[in-house]
Amino acid sequence: MAHGPATLADGWRAYISRWVFTTNHKDIGTLYLWFSFAMFLMGGAFAMVIRAELFQPGMQLIRPEFFNQMTTMHGLVMVFGAIMPAFVGLANWMIPLMIGAPDMALPRMNNLSFWILPFAFAILTSTLFMEGGGPNFGWTFYAPLSTTYAPESVNFFIFAIHIMGASSIMGSINIIATVMNMRAPGMTYMKMPLFVWTWVITAFLLVAVMPVLAGAVTMMLMDINFGTSFFDAAGGGDPVLFQHVFWFFGHPEVYIIILPAFGVVSQIIPTFSRKPLFGYSSMVYATAAIAFLSFVVWAHHMFTVGMPIAGELYFMYATMLIAVPTGVKVFNWITTMYKGSLTFETPMLFSIAFVILFTFGGFTGLMLSIAAADMQYHDTYFVVAHFHYVMVAGAVFSGTAAIYYWLPKWCGKMYNETMGQVQFWVAFIGFNIAFMPQHFLGLAGMPRRYADYGLQFADWNMVSSIGAFIYGGAQIMLLYNVIATIRNGKPTTEEKTWEGAEGLEWTVPSPAPYHTFEKPPEFK
Amino acid sequence: MSTDASNRRVVVKSLFGAAGMFAFAIFVLPPMYDLFCEITGLGGKTGDEYTAVDVRVDTSREVRVRFLASNNASMPWVFKPTKDSVVVHPGEPTEITYFAHNVTDQDMVSQAIPSLVPNNVADYFHKTECFCFENQPLAAGDQADLKLVFIIDPDLPAGVNSVTLSYTIFDITDRAADPIAQL
Ligand code: HEM
Ligand SMILES: [Cu+2]
Repeated sequence: MAHGPATLADGWRAYISRWVFTTNHKDIGTLYLWFSFAMFLMGGAFAMVIRAELFQPGMQLIRPEFFNQMTTMHGLVMVFGAIMPAFVGLANWMIPLMIGAPDMALPRMNNLSFWILPFAFAILTSTLFMEGGGPNFGWTFYAPLSTTYAPESVNFFIFAIHIMGASSIMGSINIIATVMNMRAPGMTYMKMPLFVWTWVITAFLLVAVMPVLAGAVTMMLMDINFGTSFFDAAGGGDPVLFQHVFWFFGHPEVYIIILPAFGVVSQIIPTFSRKPLFGYSSMVYATAAIAFLSFVVWAHHMFTVGMPIAGELYFMYATMLIAVPTGVKVFNWITTMYKGSLTFETPMLFSIAFVILFTFGGFTGLMLSIAAADMQYHDTYFVVAHFHYVMVAGAVFSGTAAIYYWLPKWCGKMYNETMGQVQFWVAFIGFNIAFMPQHFLGLAGMPRRYADYGLQFADWNMVSSIGAFIYGGAQIMLLYNVIATIRNGKPTTEEKTWEGAEGLEWTVPSPAPYHTFEKPPEFK
Repeated sequence: MSTDASNRRVVVKSLFGAAGMFAFAIFVLPPMYDLFCEITGLGGKTGDEYTAVDVRVDTSREVRVRFLASNNASMPWVFKPTKDSVVVHPGEPTEITYFAHNVTDQDMVSQAIPSLVPNNVADYFHKTECFCFENQPLAAGDQADLKLVFIIDPDLPAGVNSVTLSYTIFDITDRAADPIAQL
């Protein structure tokens, strides 16, 4: 065949080669999205194990050692395997379409940055079957738990993190190059869609902090294998140093996760409000401000390590400052909806839920940022509830919204609106039943990361587990909806799937042809 | 400029930035952290060997110095101060000892790591001699009195009437035998 991608009709070999050697941004975006969904299901399965064990007090299903591996792997897989690659997938698919570019700037590097990921996660997951088990020291892998007291498999964990870091850095460089060099004539920076803006800023954050994560695991590697003592007090090192290095990466990381989600919601809300986004330039500046501030607040994760009072106060005020640009964004989304002619299709439902629940998570974040109060909240379920509100109701809801929003453009089929809305309500209700009670548990003093708990926590834990199972079920429904749409959804060939949608991605046919914008479009 | 050339420039600059951040994490952050702790006296790390310059003894003031000892993780030695506390005048050199006993049937090497509370006065606690400046080998079954001579600085902020010095003893036998770790 001369042109176009190989399909199954060309035989298995051609079909597999197409995906392995592809340099097409849409193919790579698709690979990223499917991979991240697979990781999402795996991380979700770990979460189900955790919640099943916590359904009742006492140990019923698994041993505590395995429980620790589950909490660690759940966090690692969800952050690095599900959320981050999902948004890289969206970036691959949508950024070239949104800025009128024929492809990503560096297509072969794009292929590489995707294909090393499955290896990283194969290595990471294989540690569960090794002698001594997989990583059991929490997704934040604090030394010396992750060095002196780590299981044998820790070296594989370190190697996997290195690969993920390399993949993210390459992916980010690609996005930066694409946005800087491949925009259609007339597309100035201040005319770029917000999803593109939030992603470039995220890419800069990634290039800056993924190497710091690589540095942290490299120092661990040296402490474990080569007798250095970066984090070992016996040799003059300091375990608290680990926490500083980790959170210097870790706090920007949470914004890496949420900024592209902000971008998605900033695309969807105007579409279904049939109004342009309110305060476009303030959105851009707020995003940049959040990214900048994220570098100077890291020790709010460390209020209890014994910082001097001046440090506590500085990190407290700096953290609270982030709420200002975040508040600007929330204000703009709400004002965009204000007096709009709203309709509530599935992507819009997820986006509105995002705004409400993310704001809620921001408020619990503000509570945690009060250094004096954090002495009580730290390392309790309150923190777990906080970050699930911002990461799940934030990043995952916005990712789900993105799937429903752009799926018709990707495959030229319309999803079933009723099924989409049912899935939304199951997810929304399940999510809140699962995580709202965790606030109460945390305030009442239930510590996180334990396989068992006191009897006084029994009721809310059972409620939380039931919610978690419902929320897990909602993800199976999402998978079903996507597959059902691809296989026998109602075909749609309209360029503009949503009447209120604006932007270059809605000027190409549906499904988007394999090659688009080979001649740069006119953009006014 | 062609797109290819500008792409290449983005790649080179970004990789340069990434490599810089990696180096920053490994080579700059740890020394910066140590320096910060040293300047502020945070972390309760006491200073290196001190040569007494000030002979003034402030007999009008008394400071109680308490001693603690703990063993890291699986360190099996018996390790404890021979006195729980002493009362000293600022400026006056005082000698105390810690008792260590290697109860195992193996020759071992240890290292003691100090920490001082309240940690903002670490700069006012001077050690002219300390077993913690070197590592301490003990043959199987041996015991030793480990010597420490300290001076409380006469400039110790008013209001501080007592300080607590604690040592944690670590087993560094493997490390002491490892040539790389000696670097
Ligand atoms: C107004 C915004 C926010 C504020 C003020 C805030 C504040 C905080 C504070 C103070 C903690 C530490 C609590 C403790 O460990 O005791 C924390 C933990 C956390 N936050 Fe936020 N946060 C905000 C937004 C976010 C966002 C947007 C995300 C990610 C999408 C996020 C993810 C996390 C995570 C993952 C943790 C827990 C890390 C761990 O210990 O495992 N936060 N937050
Ligand atoms: Cu943070």
